[in-house]
Amino acid sequence: MSSITLAAGAASNAKRRGNAIGRRVLIVSAWLVFALFLLLPLLIVVSEALKHGIGTFLASVFEADAVAALQLTLLAVGISVPLNLIFGVAAAWCVSKYSFRGKSILVTLIDLPFSVSPVIAGLIYVLLFGAQGFIGPWLRAHDIQIIFALPGIVLATVFVTVPFVARELIPLMQGQGTQEEEAARLLGANGWQMFWHVTLPNIKWGLIYGVVLCTARAMGEFGAVSVVSGHIRGYTNTLPLHVEILYNEYNHVAAFSVASLLLLLALVILLVKQWSESRLK
Amino acid sequence: MSRSISPVIPGFGLTLGYTLVYLSLLVLIPLGAMFVHAAQLSWAEFWSIVSAPRVQAALKLSFATAFAAAAINGIIGTLLAWALVRYTFPGRKVIEAMIDLPFALPTAVAGIALTALYAPSGMLGQLAASWGVKIAYTPIGITLALTFVTLPFVVRTLQPVLADIPREVEEAAACLGAKPLQVFRHVLLPAMLPAWLTGFSLAFARGVGEYGSVIFIAGNMPMKTEILPLLIMVKLDQYDYHGATAIGVLMLLVSFILLLLINLLQRQIAKS
Repeated sequence: MSSITLAAGAASNAKRRGNAIGRRVLIVSAWLVFALFLLLPLLIVVSEALKHGIGTFLASVFEADAVAALQLTLLAVGISVPLNLIFGVAAAWCVSKYSFRGKSILVTLIDLPFSVSPVIAGLIYVLLFGAQGFIGPWLRAHDIQIIFALPGIVLATVFVTVPFVARELIPLMQGQGTQEEEAARLLGANGWQMFWHVTLPNIKWGLIYGVVLCTARAMGEFGAVSVVSGHIRGYTNTLPLHVEILYNEYNHVAAFSVASLLLLLALVILLVKQWSESRLK
Repeated sequence: MSRSISPVIPGFGLTLGYTLVYLSLLVLIPLGAMFVHAAQLSWAEFWSIVSAPRVQAALKLSFATAFAAAAINGIIGTLLAWALVRYTFPGRKVIEAMIDLPFALPTAVAGIALTALYAPSGMLGQLAASWGVKIAYTPIGITLALTFVTLPFVVRTLQPVLADIPREVEEAAACLGAKPLQVFRHVLLPAMLPAWLTGFSLAFARGVGEYGSVIFIAGNMPMKTEILPLLIMVKLDQYDYHGATAIGVLMLLVSFILLLLINLLQRQIAKS
């Protein structure tokens, strides 16, 4: 009897030891992936940017074309994120609060831009609004410029970021159900009051989370914007495109200086995301 | 019409209408325009564009590297998700927060950073060269960039699933005499597989279309390291709209067929 318990004890000890080794291997590999794959690229951006000292770095960041590119990027983000924010709330509202036929098709369509290459996202607007495009001649006759101008950049950015807010809100709002809204209505609130005082506080953190992800992608979008922008320096050059131009001109220090500006924005986005995520839980 | 509108919650018509109009104007009509444009081509023209050796080479390269990157993430992502969910260790919170860096970092920045690291003159590129391996300007470099950009997908889809598997189930299986491998195969794998496949297909779809992070490290040699999105770009620069459209349609069709297959596989697993 006792020998059996002993054997069982030894076996479970061996298993525990095996688990401890597995645990150590997993933790070390998590650290390795983190250091090699995530940390090292960050450090290389900063170190390349500061290679010739802080003066060159600041000069590259405050150079006129870089500032113009930053302004254009912020403008494009400032237009496209609110558009997708309103869309995301509306889409999540009709998907989560009602049941209707074709709902799963609608959800698939909302996610569609995620499986379309950004380059194709740019291409489709060129085919529509470009000089050779379907309504290109009409636009030219009325002197409206969409491609190679701000509207095209905004359209391309909106396309690639359409799903972000809706995707965060749909599961959240489905989980919350409709009881609180129904109670608000029965207590006499009108539609807008119900939305502002009941729904919005409930979805606040999920909304912020979606907006943060949307902002990150909108700010960094490259392929789609590259197709429609025309790369006119100081006019239709966004910050990521400016990085490419500098890099291709072998002006590596300037390219990495502007890149580190984008890196800084990315880290701010990660912080806000972490904060909203912890509030969500 | 089997529509059951909640009688007291307003806004069904408004929100559904807005959603449909917005999606149609920004996504569906423009995408449709591409197919209409492609329909102007005859079958023979379409075929001669997409069967050109340069297009075929790019097609194979794009799908193979995206598949390889998604598979690598399937392994690394599972390890990371497991470590983050099951263990507490120093630095866990930092790693947890930084997993999403590839989503937050503009892809062009990722592209030039990886190139600086893995080019023959770069820190890790030199190391690899001393072993006789060339990373940047080869398909390995492309796979590396795609692995970086799609890293969060598998981790983020697996994490909630792993957190939801009660430890008791594993312990019960182990107490009943199951070996660790059996516990993994019969308890953990069936629970993880649907989410794993979702993460895999998201990473794959993103990888096929990815442009910004790849073009810096790829070297962009026709027939060798030229990806499909870049080829669309090249055609557009030459004002070859027919060529660009045909490749775009081809790319979308192949992606959708593959995603559909993954989806079917997922349903099959969910059933069994």
